[in-house]
Amino acid sequence: MRFDPREIGEVLEMLLFRELDIRAVTLSVNTLPAARPRVGDLLQALEELLEPYLTRLRPAVERVASRLGVRVVTVRLAVSPVSMLLEPIGDWRAAVEVAQHLDKLAERYGVDMVGGFSAFIHMGASRGDKALMEALPEALNSTARLAGFLNVASTATGVNLDGVRKTAELVLAMRPHAAARFAATANLPEDVPFMPGAYHGLGLPDAVVNIAVSGPGVIEAVVRNMPDADVRTLHDAIKRAAFKITRLGELVGREVAKELGVPFGAVDLSVAPSPKVGDSVAAVLEAIGLPRVGAPGSVFALALFTDAVKKGGAMAASTIGGLSGAFIPVSEDAVMAKAAAEGALSFDTLKAMAAVCNTGIDMVGIPGDASPEAVAALIADVMALAVHLDKPLGVRLVPIPGAKPGDVYDLGGLYGSVAVMDLPSSKIPLVSRGGTAPPGVERLKKG
Amino acid sequence: MELAVVSVLGADRVGIVAGITNILARHNVNIVDISQTVVRDIFSMIMVVDLSKADVDIGQLRKELEEEGKRLGVMVGIYHIDVFRYMQRI
Repeated sequence: MRFDPREIGEVLEMLLFRELDIRAVTLSVNTLPAARPRVGDLLQALEELLEPYLTRLRPAVERVASRLGVRVVTVRLAVSPVSMLLEPIGDWRAAVEVAQHLDKLAERYGVDMVGGFSAFIHMGASRGDKALMEALPEALNSTARLAGFLNVASTATGVNLDGVRKTAELVLAMRPHAAARFAATANLPEDVPFMPGAYHGLGLPDAVVNIAVSGPGVIEAVVRNMPDADVRTLHDAIKRAAFKITRLGELVGREVAKELGVPFGAVDLSVAPSPKVGDSVAAVLEAIGLPRVGAPGSVFALALFTDAVKKGGAMAASTIGGLSGAFIPVSEDAVMAKAAAEGALSFDTLKAMAAVCNTGIDMVGIPGDASPEAVAALIADVMALAVHLDKPLGVRLVPIPGAKPGDVYDLGGLYGSVAVMDLPSSKIPLVSRGGTAPPGVERLKKG
Repeated sequence: MELAVVSVLGADRVGIVAGITNILARHNVNIVDISQTVVRDIFSMIMVVDLSKADVDIGQLRKELEEEGKRLGVMVGIYHIDVFRYMQRI
């Protein structure tokens, strides 16, 4: 098979100058066999179960990255929802111990993040769920690599408003770095490689490898080179670029799975941004033709982008999985962060954009003294969108103590700088009604 | 054959090809294809090489190529051919 120097040059340009890399290799492991009625036994069983995977995980990823010459930014572990391990114990203090133990294991084996400190409460909370919820603030406040979510809504069962309200209170009890590792979610799929949505879901084998790709810079360059193209031509060009990006994820996924001797799960074809310049999804939207992300036309541009990424990526991956849409996390995307700091983005803009992506409201700062009602109502809005549009969405808010709208708080690393947005603190009686909103007609379509 | 792509990019000067190919030869890496241009004093070279008889693995070879690149003031990279196969062929 021969390659034209231009074909080789194109790939090299993406790898060297357009920040094309693999955002995450996420090994997803079934940890339910470690369930024990006593917490000490559970911790030991968990360690014994995970150790054989963890000793091999990072070396395997590094071997593949070296062989291919491709950057893998993070190595992650996803475990079964910890709430399920807590069912026999039902004690929040045990949940904190599990959290800290998982965090310690991740650190010991060079795993950047571990996801699955999570519960599904979209129609109510069980004994294990309640223990996990009670532990969430302390568990995340006292760890550095642990991530989790509460799935408070689903197309099948509707929106658990009591769960939403409780989630808002929990978020407000978290420190900024902890809140950045937590989301309220809806319809979360089993095979998400991204944090904080990753967990080992039902219906999976004991272990699988899932891949998260990056490379919005590649697409931005393509779009910037086509200033006169009509939107259909542009869509086609984005699709072709997305194909190539996703192919790299497919290759790395297959190779790592082979190295580890576990099945390859799926590629999440969402091209993840980062706070680095030239690695931004919002920059693609602006290149499509917006003066600033958030301006009128943003929903149109994002829809065009998301659709092209899905269509290009679908062809490139043997199986697509996870969220597979478009990510516009505000602090984690340099151009989104800039727009937020300038006041060009509001919660309403983000809600509108959530209709055509798989993000929701992600990585936005709120004042530390924000009212739980307002936070809950905001989460409820996004959950309603997810349920009625039948797709996964999340809300990841970062309360910043003493901050006011317009302030910026630097979380560092991939999290970037969080801009605090204005969240009206007027009374919102809706939230105190509680209960679970029934599923919508999307549910009826499923029979 | 186990093919890889070596890319060299940087300001043009004497000895770039010699420096890089010397390392490849030393480790028994065969050059299968080579394309080189100088545009506005920027030197660019792409080589397709065969690693199947090499006496080091690709990681070690990369390290030595990068060191030589640093000495020559150019950027050197080496990538497995599968990257190009996956991204440029259906």
